[in-house]
Amino acid sequence: MPVSSLRWSVTAFLIALLTLVPVLVILSAIASPDPAIVDHLMQHTLPRLLVNTFWLMAGVGLGVLLLGVPLAWLVALYDFPGRRFFNWALMLPMAMPAYVLAFSQLGLFDFTGPFQTFLRERFGDSSWVPSIRSTPGVILVMTLAFYPYVYLLARNAFATMGRRALEVGASLGYSQRAGFLRVALPMARPWIAGGLTLALMETLADFGTVAIFNYDAFTAAIYKAWFSLFSLPTAKQLASLLILLVFVLVWFEQRSRGRRAYTQAGRGGRAARLPLKGVAGWVAAAWAALVLTLAFLLPFAQLCLWAWRAMEGEWTGELLGYVGRSLLIALIAAGLVTALALALAFAVRRAPYGMTPLWARLATLGYAVPGTVLAVGVFVPVAALDNFLIDGLGRWLPEGTTAVFKGTLFVMLLAYAARFLAVGHSAVAAAMYRITRTQEECARMLGLTGWRLVLALHLPLLRGGLLTAVLMVFVDVMKEMPITLMTRPFGWDTLAVRIFSLTSEGDWERAALPAVAIVLAGLLPVILLSRQKESL
Amino acid sequence: MKKPLLLVALLAAWSGSALSEELVVYSARGEQLVKPLVDAYRKETGVDVKLVNDQEGPLMERLRAEGSNSPADLLLTVDAGNLWQASKRGLLKPVKSPVLDANIPAHLRDPKGEWFGLSIRARTIFYNTQKVKPAQLSSYEELADPKWKGKLCLRSSKKVYNQSLVAMMLADIGPVRTERVVRGWVNNLATDVFADDTKMLEAIAAGQCEVGIANTYYYGRMMEKNPSLPIGIFWADQAGKGTHVNISGAGVTRYAKNEKGAVRFIEWLSSEKAQNLFADLNMEYPVNPKVKPDPRVAAWGPFKQNLINVANAGTRQAEAVMLMDRVGYR
Repeated sequence: MPVSSLRWSVTAFLIALLTLVPVLVILSAIASPDPAIVDHLMQHTLPRLLVNTFWLMAGVGLGVLLLGVPLAWLVALYDFPGRRFFNWALMLPMAMPAYVLAFSQLGLFDFTGPFQTFLRERFGDSSWVPSIRSTPGVILVMTLAFYPYVYLLARNAFATMGRRALEVGASLGYSQRAGFLRVALPMARPWIAGGLTLALMETLADFGTVAIFNYDAFTAAIYKAWFSLFSLPTAKQLASLLILLVFVLVWFEQRSRGRRAYTQAGRGGRAARLPLKGVAGWVAAAWAALVLTLAFLLPFAQLCLWAWRAMEGEWTGELLGYVGRSLLIALIAAGLVTALALALAFAVRRAPYGMTPLWARLATLGYAVPGTVLAVGVFVPVAALDNFLIDGLGRWLPEGTTAVFKGTLFVMLLAYAARFLAVGHSAVAAAMYRITRTQEECARMLGLTGWRLVLALHLPLLRGGLLTAVLMVFVDVMKEMPITLMTRPFGWDTLAVRIFSLTSEGDWERAALPAVAIVLAGLLPVILLSRQKESL
Repeated sequence: MKKPLLLVALLAAWSGSALSEELVVYSARGEQLVKPLVDAYRKETGVDVKLVNDQEGPLMERLRAEGSNSPADLLLTVDAGNLWQASKRGLLKPVKSPVLDANIPAHLRDPKGEWFGLSIRARTIFYNTQKVKPAQLSSYEELADPKWKGKLCLRSSKKVYNQSLVAMMLADIGPVRTERVVRGWVNNLATDVFADDTKMLEAIAAGQCEVGIANTYYYGRMMEKNPSLPIGIFWADQAGKGTHVNISGAGVTRYAKNEKGAVRFIEWLSSEKAQNLFADLNMEYPVNPKVKPDPRVAAWGPFKQNLINVANAGTRQAEAVMLMDRVGYR
C-alpha cells in the first residue's frame, strides 16, 4: 500500500473511532447475559416486536421513496405553478422533530382531536374514521417526517445529473417515463440509497414517535429491558442486534453498487426545465401542496396554537438563552461533522480498497443506535477516562476535581459527531461520486496536490453536497435530545432540553413554544440553502 | 484600563464561587417543578444548588460510571420504583435524620433511610359524569368486572405509574388475583391503551370510554384549563386498603461531596415552608401531614391512602412488568 493511502486509511480509522468506542461499549454487554429477562422477552414480546418493526421499516421505506423521489423529480426537471416555493418548502418537515410531529398529528386526528370532534358534532359519528393510533398511522406519520431526507438528496442528484444523459436517453427513443426509470433513477442511486438509509436508520433507532403512538417496535424492547426490568445489559444486547442488522444492510447496499460510476456526463449544464402545462401543472402543484400541508403546515399550525395558549408561562428571557445555545452548538457541530465527513469521503476516494471503506461504514453506525443507548455508550468511556486521570493525577488537580473531560462542549461535540456522521457522510459521499478521476488527474498534472488540490478542485465541485450536509446535521443537532441531556455542560440547556423537561410530566402543550422555536430556527438554514442551490 | 477591571471581576467571581456552599442535584423531575424551589432555597440560605436534568435511567448510569468522582450530592426523581432501584444498585447512601423521620410518614420513605418521599401522587379512578354514577364504582379490582366491557380506558403498561400500581397490587392481593384483575382490565378496554394520562382523560371526556385510571394532577391540570369537562374523580378502594399512592422523592448519593448540605436540603424540602411549593407546583399532595394541600387539590376531598410501603413498587416491579406482558397489556 502506498504511503499516502495508508495515511488516509489511518485518518478514516481515527474518525471511525468516534463511533467505534461507544458502539464497542454497547457490544461489550453481549458477554453478560441476563437469561431470565431474555427468556421472558423472547417468549412474550420480541416475536411481535420484530414483526412490527419489519412492517414499520417496509412501510416507511416504501413511503419515503414514493413521496421523496417523484417530488424531487418534479421539482428538479419540470416547471409548474409554485415550483420555486415548493423547491425549498418541501424540506420544511425536516425542521420539526419527529416526536413533535407525531404528537401534533395525534392531537389533530385522534378520537378527541378537532377533526373527529367536528365529524361527531356535525354528523353524530366518527367511528368510521380509521384510528391514527395504528400501524398505518405510525407509518404515515414517520413517512411524512422522514421523506425530506430522500427528497433533498434525490433532488441534488437529479439537478447535478446533467441534461445530456437524459437527452441521450431520448435520442435512443426512451419516453419521458422510460428516461426517468432507465437513466435518471439508476444514475441517482447513491443519493436515493443514502436518503433511504438515513430514513430507515432513523426509523429503527426512533423511540419518541413510536412511544407516542404506543407502537411496539424493537426499541420498545430495549427500553423495557432497561427502564422497566432494570437490565441495561439486556438493553445493550438488543441494541447490538440492531447495530449488526444495520451494518449488514448497509454493507450489502454498498456491495451491490459495485464499481459503477455515477459521474456527470459532460457539463451538459441545465437546460430549461420542461414546463408542465395546464391541468398537469396544477395537479403537480396540488400534490406538492397536499404533502406540505399534511407534513408541515397543519401540524405546525396546531403547534402555534398550543404555543399561543402557553405563551404566558413560557415566554421568558430564558427562551432566548435556549435558542442561542441551540443555534450555536448546532452550527459548530454541523461544521465539525461536515469536515469529518469530507475527510472520510476523501479517504475512501484516495484508498478505495482495503480497510478504508469499512472504516467509513463503521463510522456511520451511530445513527442507527437509539439515542439514549448511544448517550450511555459515549458517557461511560469518557467518565472512565476522567476517573483514570483524576486517580492518577489527583495531586496536581485542584482539590475536589470531579471532571476533566466530561461535561465539556468538546465531548458534547464528539458525541454529536458519533451520532450524525452518517448524515453528513451520505450527502458528501454522494457528491463525491460526481467528480471523475480524469478531473483529478488533470488537476494533478497542472501541479495541484494535497490540500491545494482539495481546495481548488473538490471543494468547489462538492459545494452542493457540503451545504446539504451542513443543513441536515444542523437541523438534526437542534432536534437531538438524549445525547444533549447526557453530555451537556452545567446549565447548557437547549430548546430540546426544555422540551424534555416540560414533556417529562406530560405537559406537551406547554412544550409547544420551544418546539415552535426549534422549527423556526431550523427554517433559516433550510431557506438559505435552497437559495444557494437554485443559483448553482 | 480594561485588564485590571477584568481581573477584579474574575477574582470576585472566583472568590464568590469558593465562598458559597454548592450542592449538585441530579434530577429527573421536570426542571420547571424544581427550579422555583432551588431559587427559594438559595434566597434563604445562600446555597448554590446546581440542577442537572435527565431521565432517571441515564442519570443512574451516569452516577454508576462516575463512581467516586461524581459531582452529584442528591438524586431527585419521581416514582418509588426508581429510587428503590438506585438504592439497590448502591448509588445512594443511608441517612439518619430525626427531622425527616418526623416530617415524612414511614410508608413514604425507604426503611433503610436511603430515600425519602417529598410529594404524594395519587393514582385513582376517573369517570365520565354523563355516563357513570359514582355509586357504580368501588375499586381498581372491580374495573375488571365484565360489566365494564368496552368501557375502560387505560394508559400503556410501559409507564412506570402503572407498573407501580400493579406491583403494589401484587404485594397486597398476591399474583393470582392480580393477574386475574389485569387480564380483566385488558378484556374491558374500549380502545388501544394510551401513551399518556392526559390523552386518556380526554378520551373519557369525549365519551370514547367511561372509566379509567390516572394520576390526579393530570386531571387537575385539565380541569383548570377547561372546568366544564364531564370528568369526575373517584377515590378507589376506600372500603378496602385505600387509594394507591406513589411519591416523588430524593436520596443522598453514595459519593456525595456535600453530604451534610444534601441532608439539609432534603430536610428543608420536607419542611412546612417548602412542602406547599413542592407539591402545589404540580398539584400533587404534600408528604408532610402537617401541611394542607393546595385548595384546588383539597377540593377533590379527603381520601384514605394505601399505607403499604411504596418500596414495594420497586421490589415487585419486574414481576409486575412480566405479568402485564403475559396477559397482553401493552
